[in-house]
Amino acid sequence: MPHVDTTGRASQRTTSRSEFVTGMKHAVPLLLGVIPFGMIVGVTAAGAGLSTLEASAMSILVFAGAAQLAALDLISAGAAAPIVWLTAALVNARFVMYSASLAPHWQRLSMAWKSLMAYALTDQAYALAILRYEQHEPSDPRAYYLGISILLWTTWQTTTVIGAVLGARIPPSWSLDFAVPLIFLSLLAPVIRDKAGASAAAGAGVIAVAAMGLPFNMGLMIAALSGILVGTLVEMRRGAA
Amino acid sequence: MSTPILWITLVAIGLITFAWRVSFVALWKRLSIPDVVERALRFVPAAVLAAIVAPELIAPNDAIEISFGNARLLAGIAAGLVAWRTQNMFATIGVGMAALWALEALI
Repeated sequence: MPHVDTTGRASQRTTSRSEFVTGMKHAVPLLLGVIPFGMIVGVTAAGAGLSTLEASAMSILVFAGAAQLAALDLISAGAAAPIVWLTAALVNARFVMYSASLAPHWQRLSMAWKSLMAYALTDQAYALAILRYEQHEPSDPRAYYLGISILLWTTWQTTTVIGAVLGARIPPSWSLDFAVPLIFLSLLAPVIRDKAGASAAAGAGVIAVAAMGLPFNMGLMIAALSGILVGTLVEMRRGAA
Repeated sequence: MSTPILWITLVAIGLITFAWRVSFVALWKRLSIPDVVERALRFVPAAVLAAIVAPELIAPNDAIEISFGNARLLAGIAAGLVAWRTQNMFATIGVGMAALWALEALI
């Protein structure tokens, strides 16, 4: 527990409330990305043959847009279940990094709080929270993070349901399925920070195209692993030079 | 995918994702990432995202099509520039979709 003495409890509560509100405020601009993203995930789920209930269950169980989209893409392509699981595991492997980075800030919380907050972990919540923790470590790490996450979570759940309901009614001539690669492009741009990152992306892209015909839709996973290898090698060579 | 397999898949993906998220938070100090794994993890997002995007732009109809007749490739390049310059998802989707509709009307 963060050190709470009885005399400081009232002020602690006020700080927590304002931290919560600050978290929500900081998450509002992100909704501009989250709302269309959630709707596209809903539309894609409907297109892949999921009912609204199934689409909603997916958003609640997984709560990770890129993995949901990648899994839905594979499901509509008729991929085998284990390929879908492995791909989602790979797409979400970045959460291990976030988890390691947040762990020291959350170490005093109970396991229940840790689990709840870990469940709500997203790229956006991580980016905002780690900045806040590093700038001025709040006495209670929960409030700010929960402010962000509750807003993101409710928006995500609402928009996927709306997308799933609308999905069946959107004519294919609108080519709305193209929004899927567009979302991945906009997620890709900020993660290419240096030459090694660009090499990882280029390597993965080339192998993905070359491996399109492979059985079980294994191409994506092989391409991603190759890209990771290329990036690591480029970075090691630069480190050695 | 049949309904039972789909539900197993949804639960499985949910559990794997939760395991990743909670990993270090739960096992802090009992777990340390080897240096080489930590380095490799840094490249996961760039590699995975590029592996998803490239075939959808370069081979939208399951055959490589690098030409001015490939509206998705051209619209994707336009959207990629917007994504790179603005890092704004809303603008990227907007420009990409508008470019695709315009090109499909033209080509």
